Amino acid sequence: MNELNTTLLQPFQYEFFIRGIIVAILVGGVNGLLGVYVVLRGMSYIGHGLSHAVFGGAVVSHMLNINIYIGALLWGLISSIAINRVSRSGKVRADAAIGIISTTGFAVGVFLISSTRSFTRNFEALLFGNILGITYLDMIVIAVVSIVVVAFFLLFNRIMLFTIFDRETAKVYGVRTDAVDFVFSILLAIVVIATMNAIGVTLLAAVIVAPAISARLLTNNFTKMLILSTVIGAITAFAGMYVSFLFDSASGATIVLFSASVFGIVILYRVHKQLHRRVIHKHMHKWDHEHH
Amino acid sequence: MVAVSIKDITYGYTHAPVLERINLDVSRGEVVGLLGPNGSGKSTLLKIIAGLIKPWSGSIEFGDGMSNRPVIGYMPQVDGIDLDFPITVEEVVALGLWNRSRGVMPWHTSRYVREKVYNVLEDLGMSSKAKSQIGELSGGEQKRVFLARAIVHDPELLLLDEPTTGADPSTRDDILRMLHELNRKTKVTIILSTHDIIGVAMNLPRVVCLNKRIMVDGYAKDVLTKDNLLRVYGLIDSM
Ligand SMILES: Nc1ncnc2c1ncn2[C@@H]1O[C@H](COP(=O)(O)OP(=O)(O)O)[C@@H](O)[C@H]1O
Ligand SMILES: [Mg+2]
Repeated sequence: MNELNTTLLQPFQYEFFIRGIIVAILVGGVNGLLGVYVVLRGMSYIGHGLSHAVFGGAVVSHMLNINIYIGALLWGLISSIAINRVSRSGKVRADAAIGIISTTGFAVGVFLISSTRSFTRNFEALLFGNILGITYLDMIVIAVVSIVVVAFFLLFNRIMLFTIFDRETAKVYGVRTDAVDFVFSILLAIVVIATMNAIGVTLLAAVIVAPAISARLLTNNFTKMLILSTVIGAITAFAGMYVSFLFDSASGATIVLFSASVFGIVILYRVHKQLHRRVIHKHMHKWDHEHH
Repeated sequence: MVAVSIKDITYGYTHAPVLERINLDVSRGEVVGLLGPNGSGKSTLLKIIAGLIKPWSGSIEFGDGMSNRPVIGYMPQVDGIDLDFPITVEEVVALGLWNRSRGVMPWHTSRYVREKVYNVLEDLGMSSKAKSQIGELSGGEQKRVFLARAIVHDPELLLLDEPTTGADPSTRDDILRMLHELNRKTKVTIILSTHDIIGVAMNLPRVVCLNKRIMVDGYAKDVLTKDNLLRVYGLIDSM
């Protein structure tokens, strides 16, 4: 027992492990929170698109020796605005537009990496997530970003709700819906970039979307959905990061498997509840017949 | 005196106009119905009045005591809204208090908001459904909720896009009765759209028949003649 305890707690001796766990919890929580808006707006593809697009920016800034955050952020903002614009212009179908914008960004990154054949080790973390890839700067950035995002939603929750529920009326009532979209895109781009090293760009979309759909299935209340999604995101990211260390697996993949499992359990729970209700219903029906 | 003056509006989504040279004056406290078949431009005109769409040419002017940005109560055609959204009736109505000119201010307590919301739900006979999910309601009940949201902040101008479509006849009559009463009490100006000739248009004081252009405009009983309706609806069987 004691031995098991020491094995399970042993990783906590390492500073990089503690750093990884802190980043994972924050990343999971903040993506879970943003995911609610992404899912309810029916824009699940935006996380996928944005994360892939940003990969190109990360590689370019690495090659040009610019700080990866600054380079990727700039790139992310441009992609994000482009995605937003195109998806609302109505001329090109949104999914097609995002497909092109994001894959192009991703291709730029892959092209540069494969043609120069340098620093491939580093970018594996960027693709699939690796606890060893998480820097002290990542931790500071995600901590600051989390505070900003939470503050933003505490202040503007109702305005966000109005915008995603009924954009037209919100606009008539003086909500600056375009500004809301813009700020949301910026927040999402920043979160994606701050999340990259922990999760990896190829797997990030699931971390945004999965906790939110699980939460949606568990509650009909908007505020509860926000809280649940944040908590599910944080817990699955914590578990995934921890297990990825034990198994020496890619952290992004492990986290995604955890959130997918939660989603699976939620589905089973719902099916169970429905069956249960049906059985009760049947019994009551029978009882009704027998006693009248 | 003219409260809403629509001057020579032309607009289209593509190169072809869906509204052409629309001129319409509405007085303070009037109730006007825009009547026309699907695709005749009713929603588009309401959106232009609401300021959601900038017309190609022409302008909207507000007068007779209305500021040039009047307090508007807006009710969209519900088919554009995701009714599976996790939101309750009282939350929907409370959104109406997020209003630039007559909404919740920082010094308003949540009790104030609740009271406002419950009062209007009470008036519309929906207070027992306050905690229900919007998606759990019938079509008619949903109409009442969106109407409640449109009037919760005591607007000067009500723009209602098909406020009775999808409601059963008794709900439809309720809604109309309630609108007339509100109009009598508060002198709110109401412009609503409908394609229901018998149930709605016949019960309005003034009807404007629209089909890309304004075909007829006047008292319901003068406007709703067989000849006029043939012109607006094209074919008799599309009624
Ligand atoms: N967002 C849009 N993009 C392109 N065409 C549109 C759009 N909205 C409406 N239309 C077209 O404009 C015309 C008028 O539509 P609308 O104002 O919704 O009519 P109504 O409300 O009377 O049914 C229709 O032909 C419709 O197809
Ligand atoms: Mg319409």
